[in-house]
Amino acid sequence: MGVADFFTTKLDAALGWARKYSIFQYPFVTACCGMEYMATACSHYDVDRFGAGLPRFSPRQADVLFVVGTISHKMAPVLRRVYDQMTEPKWVVAFGVCTCTGGFYDNYATVQGIDTILPVDVYIPGCPPRPESVLDGLMKLQDKIAVGRQRY
Amino acid sequence: MQGPDILARLQERFGAAVLATHAEHGDHTLLVGLGTLLEVLRFCRDDAALQFDMLMDLTAVDYLTYPGREDTPRFEVVYHLYSVPHNHRVRIKAGVEEDAPVVPTAVPLWPIANWLEREVWDMYGLRFAEHPDLRRLLLYEQFEGHPLRKDYPVTRRQPLIGPRN
Repeated sequence: MGVADFFTTKLDAALGWARKYSIFQYPFVTACCGMEYMATACSHYDVDRFGAGLPRFSPRQADVLFVVGTISHKMAPVLRRVYDQMTEPKWVVAFGVCTCTGGFYDNYATVQGIDTILPVDVYIPGCPPRPESVLDGLMKLQDKIAVGRQRY
Repeated sequence: MQGPDILARLQERFGAAVLATHAEHGDHTLLVGLGTLLEVLRFCRDDAALQFDMLMDLTAVDYLTYPGREDTPRFEVVYHLYSVPHNHRVRIKAGVEEDAPVVPTAVPLWPIANWLEREVWDMYGLRFAEHPDLRRLLLYEQFEGHPLRKDYPVTRRQPLIGPRN
């Protein structure tokens, strides 16, 4: 390993550590999962312990897109546009079974999983998921952010 | 006014134009022809004894594959009326043929009919004659067909972006 590689790896590790504890999320809340999202975000479960306590309601200031709730085909272009407006590096969390697969809405109106329209990093199933599983998903996302090559 | 009295009053006024009546779980229902529908609705709203000043719901039913309904019109439009001053209700139905799915609009009687009729157009493809703005209410303009019709394929998807089906 050369000296340059050594510094790049250490820089990646430092950046990953910093990024995993400064998640600025964009909550794209469309349905009942929003209640569990609020429960997770508020003081009882306190998502701020993981450094994700500040939702940004502008996609241009956000790192993580939380897609919370059923996405209809009519809504899909809006969601894609929000994702496209976010700046790199960015991650996507599919919150609830509707965003993962469409859930029990197997019908003409509903997108059968948001991974058909944008890349997803973490899937949190549940209808709706309990705050514990949301925090579990968030920690998995932190692991994913921390390891690997950082873009800067 | 009790349900049977409402039906009796409408039968007295419209006679043979009332095709049938029934009461299911206490919901008193009147079946009329499409030609007299608007007249019946107007009478329901304006008659002093009835005063149905609120259109609770306007929807439709597709009887395409319904057992025992092979010889009747494919669609039915359903009006649920409520009277605030009298606290009573009635349901009015009218059959709509598949080859001429046009219903007179109730927008001049109750303004809420505007959106309800747009929803029925969106989901069942029934047109409302002289509706001021008959566009889809819930689905997008690019959507083809009417999803609550029984012959709409249950697996057919029409995404705006992303893979088809």
